[in-house]
Amino acid sequence: MNLSGTITLAHGSGGRAMHQLVDNLIRQTFTNPLLEEGEDQARIPLAGLVAQGDRLAFTTDSYVVTPLEFPGGNIGTLAINGTVNDLAVGGATPLYLSCGFIIEEGLSLETFARILQAMKLAADEAGVQIVTGDTKVVQRGGADKLFINTAGVGVIPAGFNPSAGRAQPGDVVIVNGWLGDHGAAILNARGDLALDADIETDCAPLNRLVDAMFAACPDIHCLRDATRGGLATVLNEFAERSGVDFMLKEEHLPIRTPVRGMCEILGLDPLYLANEGKLVAVVPLTAAQAVLTAMKRIPAGRDACIIGEVVEGDGHVVLQTAFGGERIVDMLPGEQLPRIC
Amino acid sequence: MKYIDEFRDPAKAKKLVEEIHKLASGMFPSTPLRERTSPVAERSRSQRSRREHTRSQPLQIMEFCGGHTHTLFKYGIESMLPDTIEMVHGPGCPVCVLPMARVDDCVAIAEQPGVIFTTFGDAMRVPGTRKSLLQAKADGCDVRMVYSPMDALAIARKNPDREVVFFALGFETTMPSTALTLLQAHREGLKNFSLFCNHITTPATMRAILTDPDLRLDGFLAPGHVSMVIGAQPYDFVTRDYHKPLVITGFEPLDILQALWMLVKQIAEGRCEVENQYARIVPQAGNTAGLNAIHEVYETREHSEFRGLGNIGDAGIQIREAYAAYDAEKKFGIPFDAAPFDSAQGAGSLKCAEVLRGVMKPWDCPAFGKECNPQMPLGALMVSPEGSCAAYYAYGKLAKRS
Repeated sequence: MNLSGTITLAHGSGGRAMHQLVDNLIRQTFTNPLLEEGEDQARIPLAGLVAQGDRLAFTTDSYVVTPLEFPGGNIGTLAINGTVNDLAVGGATPLYLSCGFIIEEGLSLETFARILQAMKLAADEAGVQIVTGDTKVVQRGGADKLFINTAGVGVIPAGFNPSAGRAQPGDVVIVNGWLGDHGAAILNARGDLALDADIETDCAPLNRLVDAMFAACPDIHCLRDATRGGLATVLNEFAERSGVDFMLKEEHLPIRTPVRGMCEILGLDPLYLANEGKLVAVVPLTAAQAVLTAMKRIPAGRDACIIGEVVEGDGHVVLQTAFGGERIVDMLPGEQLPRIC
Repeated sequence: MKYIDEFRDPAKAKKLVEEIHKLASGMFPSTPLRERTSPVAERSRSQRSRREHTRSQPLQIMEFCGGHTHTLFKYGIESMLPDTIEMVHGPGCPVCVLPMARVDDCVAIAEQPGVIFTTFGDAMRVPGTRKSLLQAKADGCDVRMVYSPMDALAIARKNPDREVVFFALGFETTMPSTALTLLQAHREGLKNFSLFCNHITTPATMRAILTDPDLRLDGFLAPGHVSMVIGAQPYDFVTRDYHKPLVITGFEPLDILQALWMLVKQIAEGRCEVENQYARIVPQAGNTAGLNAIHEVYETREHSEFRGLGNIGDAGIQIREAYAAYDAEKKFGIPFDAAPFDSAQGAGSLKCAEVLRGVMKPWDCPAFGKECNPQMPLGALMVSPEGSCAAYYAYGKLAKRS
């Protein structure tokens, strides 16, 4: 397909232009047997699912990031990995994704093609297939360049049951590496900070990492990906749902120097910055070393470390500062806003 | 990070904390050195002891600046101090002293057709009587968050057919940057740029606190960034006329501990001086270029109402007549009247004024944590993370734990 020019309302009209866009660009990029059947729905054989576990996991997420492209990825990589990770941290093996595009007229075809390519690559890396989808084009101002929705299904193997309410005193908290990279990369990519920082998104699929963790310890108590709201928000959910407190040690938190630097300048807290390839696991102390060892063998878990522990309490996250004090890490009331001075 | 981590060294902190404890125990011989427990236990103990020993009240030290309040909470510094030292969180948070009526003015300007209203991020959530700027933005106003007034100027250059207004807010820290931006606009002959000036000066605000009959303060930590602009001399009246020792202080946790140690030492030795802990940044005479820009552009208002402080006379700042073309108040006909802010707050139960002046703790306010909380802030002290109520709200949760 000729990629010069932009997407117009005609590409969403149901006529020839739309067929060209869907068949010659989207379907060709994502190609797989289920998609090639060309029906209005993907028809997935049940037998293959049943063989892999005893529960179906089903999730959806919408992606509206600005800018569309940023160091280390784009909205397409987010749309695949985000949904893959939402399945993975439930213990599911992600299998099939749907994909809905809402495109604002005027988006360049070349940009759209690049985003589709990134989605295909991310899907292949995660081992999932995009089997059904939808495309709409809206008038200028009706959306911000491109919105993507993906939904996904996966199968949960018998015996794996992580849940936000299962943290127990004595458990330890593990993350799989550097915190806040994605949030910092996006802030930086927006360009209005005029900061010269070299920060890439951490966007990555976590399903193989979770497989390895499950193999090392089938009794992982809590597991979540730390996306919007960051580590602090996930741990507050765990703390509240489990009725325990979390004690974090500031000196054990893995935060890159450029991310720390950016937060210092803007008065932001890296604990609330978004991640797109980070999970938080709460595991029994006895299994902690085995889980850590298993994680470090997987690229996405190479920098895994223990950052704190679960203690008795009633739902708080407490940070022991490297300086020697203590403070509460609460949920944010809203978006994090930079401070004046 | 170079030049940051050095000022967060726990070993040096421990030493300073020990020295502060030693000084304090010398002044309050009956109080034993306290072993480290949870901040909550300490907090409730300090409340108890305040009630029990009214004759030997703890030292009350006001950190004037919201940036200092932020450091105190971020590093849990209060949990490291002896019972006999109590921090009073001052009004040096520009967002917190902003009257609701001023936010209403901002919204009214933003609602004018063709206006791009630009502001620092933390003013976005401050409640007005009608709405906050964040709500105004959601309702369709073009409100943009910028990191510097110069960014607002760039927006004005790019949008010659729109009126770009920058919300000039803050103490002397931000005044040079807004003044220089205005002067730059003047040099370029930009006709579509103006400042909505709500600056306020530090020494006059301090004087207002010092003349409060309810107040019982033993000394000040003075703001480092403000002093970087104005220097040390403008604080002389604090020691000379009001006999309160004062230490100009930086923003890293070791800065605060060292300044506290210096201040407590002054009190222990019966001295009363303006000392400069932040000498690596603050020159005695301040920043001449910045001060010149301020004096060129700004003058004091005759009357200014600030939230929690009431009319503090000469603390408010306005744009000089010579630069009236860049004054949003004049451009948009905003009457900068002394709207009584307390009635504007609606909820009569709020005690923002008492908390701001340090005569009441946030948790003594009947609305604290109930109708006024970080999700639905009624008072501005609950809005900014520098506001003492927001900080106490998060911190106070610890109390439920014990």
